[in-house]
Amino acid sequence: MQLDQVCFRTMHLDQPWSMESYRSVGGYQMLEKILREKTRQETIIEIIKNSALRGRGGAGFPTGLKWSFMPRRMPGDKYIVCNSDEGEPGTCKDRDIIRFNPHQVIEGMIIAGYTIGAQRGYNYIRGEFFEPIERFEQALIEAREAGYLGKNILNSGFNFELFCHPGAGAYICGEETALLESLEGKKGQPRYKPPFPAGYGLYGRPTTVNNTETLASVPVILQHGADWFHELGTPNNGGQKIFCMSGHVNKPGNYEVPLGMPFAELLELAGGVRNGNKLKAVIPGGSSTPVVPADVMMQTAMSYDGIGKAGSMLGAGSVIVMDETTCMVKALERIAYFYYEESCGQCTPCREGTGWLYRVIKRIEDGQGRQEDLDRLIDVANNINGNTICALGDAAAAPVISFIKHFRDEFQYHIDHKCCLVSEPELKLNYG
Amino acid sequence: MVNIEIDGIPLRVDSAKMIIQAADEAGIDIPRFCYHKNLSIVANCRMCLVEVDKARKALPACATPVANGMKVFTQSEIALQAQRGVMEFLLINHPLDCPICDQGGECELQDLSLGYGSGISRFSEKKRVVKDKDIGPLVQTDMTRCIHCTRCVRFGQEIAGIKELGATGRGEHMEIGTYVEHSLASELSGNIIDLCPVGALTSKPFRYKARAWEMTSHPSIAMHDAVGSNLDLHTRQNEVMRVVARDNDSVNQSWISDRDRFSYLGLKHPDRLLNPMIKQNGEWQVTDWQTAMEFAVDGLKHVKTKNGADQIAGLISPTATLEEGYLFQKWLRAFGSQNVDHRLRQQDFSDAGHDQFSAMSLADIESSDAIVLLGCNIRSEAPLLAHRVRQSAYAGGLISDINFFKTDLLMPVDRQVVVNSAQLFVLLSGVAKTLLQRVDETTAKAWRHMMREKAPSATEQNIAMQLANAHQAVIIVGALANQHPQASAIRSLAALISELTGAHLLILPDANSQALHLAGALPHCDASQELKDGLNANAIWEEQLRAYVLFNIEPEFDCADPAAALLALQRAGFVMAINSFQCDSLRDYADVLLPLAAFTETSGTFVGLDHQWQSFTGAVAPPGESRPGWKILRVLGNISKFNGFDYVSSEGVRQELQDQLNRLSSARKSIYIPAEITNVNGVQLISEVPVYRTDSLVRHSKALQLTPENQFLDTMRISPALAEKYGLHQGDAVQIQQDEFAVSATVLIDEQVAENMAHLAAASPLSARLGNAFGNVELSAMMESIDA
Amino acid sequence: MTTALQLTGHRDQLFNQVIRQQLDSWISKYPPGQSQSAVIPALHILQDSHDGWLSEGLMRALADYLEIPAISVFEVATFYTMFELKPVGKHKISVCTNISCLLCGSEEIANHLQKRLGIGFGQTTADGKFTLKEVECLGACVGAPMLLLDRQYHEHLTPDKVDALLGEVK
Repeated sequence: MQLDQVCFRTMHLDQPWSMESYRSVGGYQMLEKILREKTRQETIIEIIKNSALRGRGGAGFPTGLKWSFMPRRMPGDKYIVCNSDEGEPGTCKDRDIIRFNPHQVIEGMIIAGYTIGAQRGYNYIRGEFFEPIERFEQALIEAREAGYLGKNILNSGFNFELFCHPGAGAYICGEETALLESLEGKKGQPRYKPPFPAGYGLYGRPTTVNNTETLASVPVILQHGADWFHELGTPNNGGQKIFCMSGHVNKPGNYEVPLGMPFAELLELAGGVRNGNKLKAVIPGGSSTPVVPADVMMQTAMSYDGIGKAGSMLGAGSVIVMDETTCMVKALERIAYFYYEESCGQCTPCREGTGWLYRVIKRIEDGQGRQEDLDRLIDVANNINGNTICALGDAAAAPVISFIKHFRDEFQYHIDHKCCLVSEPELKLNYG
Repeated sequence: MVNIEIDGIPLRVDSAKMIIQAADEAGIDIPRFCYHKNLSIVANCRMCLVEVDKARKALPACATPVANGMKVFTQSEIALQAQRGVMEFLLINHPLDCPICDQGGECELQDLSLGYGSGISRFSEKKRVVKDKDIGPLVQTDMTRCIHCTRCVRFGQEIAGIKELGATGRGEHMEIGTYVEHSLASELSGNIIDLCPVGALTSKPFRYKARAWEMTSHPSIAMHDAVGSNLDLHTRQNEVMRVVARDNDSVNQSWISDRDRFSYLGLKHPDRLLNPMIKQNGEWQVTDWQTAMEFAVDGLKHVKTKNGADQIAGLISPTATLEEGYLFQKWLRAFGSQNVDHRLRQQDFSDAGHDQFSAMSLADIESSDAIVLLGCNIRSEAPLLAHRVRQSAYAGGLISDINFFKTDLLMPVDRQVVVNSAQLFVLLSGVAKTLLQRVDETTAKAWRHMMREKAPSATEQNIAMQLANAHQAVIIVGALANQHPQASAIRSLAALISELTGAHLLILPDANSQALHLAGALPHCDASQELKDGLNANAIWEEQLRAYVLFNIEPEFDCADPAAALLALQRAGFVMAINSFQCDSLRDYADVLLPLAAFTETSGTFVGLDHQWQSFTGAVAPPGESRPGWKILRVLGNISKFNGFDYVSSEGVRQELQDQLNRLSSARKSIYIPAEITNVNGVQLISEVPVYRTDSLVRHSKALQLTPENQFLDTMRISPALAEKYGLHQGDAVQIQQDEFAVSATVLIDEQVAENMAHLAAASPLSARLGNAFGNVELSAMMESIDA
Repeated sequence: MTTALQLTGHRDQLFNQVIRQQLDSWISKYPPGQSQSAVIPALHILQDSHDGWLSEGLMRALADYLEIPAISVFEVATFYTMFELKPVGKHKISVCTNISCLLCGSEEIANHLQKRLGIGFGQTTADGKFTLKEVECLGACVGAPMLLLDRQYHEHLTPDKVDALLGEVK
């Protein structure tokens, strides 16, 4: 099985981020071909649809379908926006794509712009990614010099400008409408939908927002064909996907593997559980996805549908591995703190509820838990779930509900004994 | 239109509506905090979550559009569970300090928590505390109570045109405030008190004064500008405790200006005149009504016999009611005097009889796509008219502002042209000339003497074309134009431009002056439009008559030429004042004072710029011995032994006038064509009435006097060139000399003031010591030593 | 130390010429009339030119420069965690303590740093050299535990590596 066939296809080269490296694997050939042959927009959308490419940012929405929603022939400004505001705990793939293969993101964005009728694009990269931003800016200069950006690109009559826009530290800007608000120079507060960005997006104009990995997949799909890509994965789950293997594994890292690979195999690639410890649980798609106990996880295929069947979500492919030494209360406390800290504050259930969840879990962790706390946590989480403007509320509720569902005994032990089930209180977590 | 069902009730509604709007129209109650019908939709409070069939979760009724066949359930288990959940979240960090909260009893959170809240809190963590901010003398903050609905923030952005409040920080730490403490600068700021669903933003002057349930609400009409905003006066034990907005979509929507909201604070001012008083042998004596009125009538009869009725003049405040205006002129005319006027700040009346009081609804102004403001500081003249113009600008309307100085109108303005008097006529004639090129020879010929040789400039052509090409255009002529010494020429050129472009012409009335016009409180015609030859407001002072009757005016503040007014009053043989307030100068020159009820204490009628007649009744009894104006004037008529003063109610007065007006034909009047334009040489004073100095009630409201708008009462604004010419620097003391009068002011150098014009606040203690508000002045730098 | 920036007066005199050029270059990346989009990049530039923090005057001047209400700048500056509203040390250390880092020992790194520098999170060393911050996930989970020192990521940390790192900082 060949890995790194899509976004990481330059990874084996010296200076994988250079224009030269990218050209050597066929980079920019698809853009040139499309502009030369004036490929119909519908044709490209059809290929992307057939490839079964789904959004790599977390929601998994079919990319070709999303593109088809754009009023691509409507006159006036339209935008393609790349979401590189990677911030979901456990996720660190887009950083590597931009660091090591920025041109593929650029080519993907130009092709996307061409396809949806946009003449301007922005790549919103989180502000802390100083190095990736520099790499991307440098790649933009190279692309501009090579004539892939600007007016009348390669004499095709197609104009396209592309810019990088830095964030400044706010997880919520990974939500596409919050990202657009942020790009407009405002606080990153999500918009109520509908209207969706395809109708009312950046500056009120039709806009498509795609994840970095999604856009970087586009040139490869066009180069090798929809079937080739689709067959890399499994039906309805096309392609290879980067999994960020973090936590208690021997070889943490980003692995671009076919969708549908059994989790056990992926764990093996990452060197297995550290120190030969026993696997306890896995958060398969980033901190907002429900935790899955080890036994279920070991039977799960790493695809949108496979992880869905296991009661969780593939999310951004952010696999957080936890071994037997992990205190689930402490782990949940940290996750709950994250959503409390990152709630934008706009709507009531999330603004008030995330703080409530965190404080109760912290009390339990600190040995101050009360008998009614667990039911109350579930109740509060349910009152947030589904009642907020954006998905952050659901994201805050899901870990609480799933952690208590699968590890209720451990939480109960904390409340009853005022200390941890897995480690002596003074040792807390045992870092190998 | 689509068919939907809410709680089983079939409804047919506009497909552009949200569920909450459909429910509101059908009288189905859905709880809400952030939604407000006149603000944008943000769906952030989540209180209006309802169940919609085929949706997998509860949806916010405020942001979910209706769709054909939609079934909505506002009371189902899913809806109630969601609403209860939201209510619990709102309450966990709310201080629940209802017993000491001014909002108690009228708090939307308190009301809804009764229905959706739980009796016991399940939240046992620490509650959030937020530091209060001082945002000025009008609005009190208690930000710990804030539920972050952002109505106040959206109001600033969308209605007031100035984003002063924002939500800083994020998550649980998000705070509504100004970030850096400062007083709110918006003249509409008090609306956030009405908008705030909880006790986070309350009225500062009203703080701890009364409880909502102790007060009775009375509808009323605001008298301070020509909008006629609808008010609710909240009273307790015969005292107006506060004023809030009353919804009227065709007038003020949900808003009122701070002037209309806080003027009531003047009602209890110590200078309020509470008893009839007469001056005998130079001593003031409190007396009864009968004695005082006989004294007054005798005084006037004496002057009439000795000097003739044309030595009597009456001046009435533009804030008077229709009924007061009508009776005032009727009584004086019965005496034989035609010298009646309410146009106190004006000085050019050459176009009288050609008046262009065309009505225009506020909605039509809002939907105009080209608006020219001519000598109109619209934010201070009529704040809610400014709001309508702002909405036009937000919708893409082109706003041209032509004035003697530039002010921030808090809206997107297509152009702001700063002109002095001479430049104004050049500009207007240039606009007219552009248009005259396209009309018949006769019209062009009649106006040729007003046109100059030069071809119109690009700006002039642009303004002309914008008006001509607009779908709906309006020219608003404001106070600074109407008070100008050549106001007739300005108005006539505006009328010509309006005729040639089809634009509406709105000569912005001062307060209730449209009503006083109809009532015949004018020297050149009475209510039946019979022509008369009385002296106008200017001549009344210049002629230095023997007797003056003042109706609720403070001449040194309310007239175009304070010095001339004071001189005439001091030299007069007999002065009577029917006033709500007294002051030293009034006690000095007056012979009889009759205490007048304020608008909250009387019934009457207001006619605004839209020509709607809005009648109101008194909410409280007049304090002390003061009486409603119409009653005082009726009894004065009786004591004078005049016929036709036997009214039993103000409605009777109104009816009599209405009958007279119904008999009139509405013949269109020709446009006045001025003979020539006189050029002004030297430095011309330009006196502007500050927003909180407009009338005596406003001037007696302490909270309004403390606002930042009042900090420039002794400041003279001049252009850098003029400052250089006179060697003046920023902050210098400057002597302003006008004939024999001299005052000292502080220099503010402002490049937004027209050349050779000195901008000064009118209706201030400083301007009260000067003459003509638009007269020529000499400037000189003062040595610091004589500053004191 | 940086030279003082012009914070009042005419728009074309604000800050200094270099900063104005940088701001103008950002403004040009957005459609006409959308200069507010440049707020975040502009705040980064100003913070970097002002010893790493944003004063009220700096933010007001930016509002004037972009011709937007001051409160809109305050809203943004207080929303995003990278903006500092109080003076900070010469070097900023941001330690991730989120789930992947926690699982891999970020507590030990954080404790070590606090002990070494003698300060807690959110504090600055007495010599003004370091400010220590606890931050949320920085997107380097496979390199856990990690920290951001000024503009550079440092991954797979151990207390020894932290010591070496602090030793290199001037």
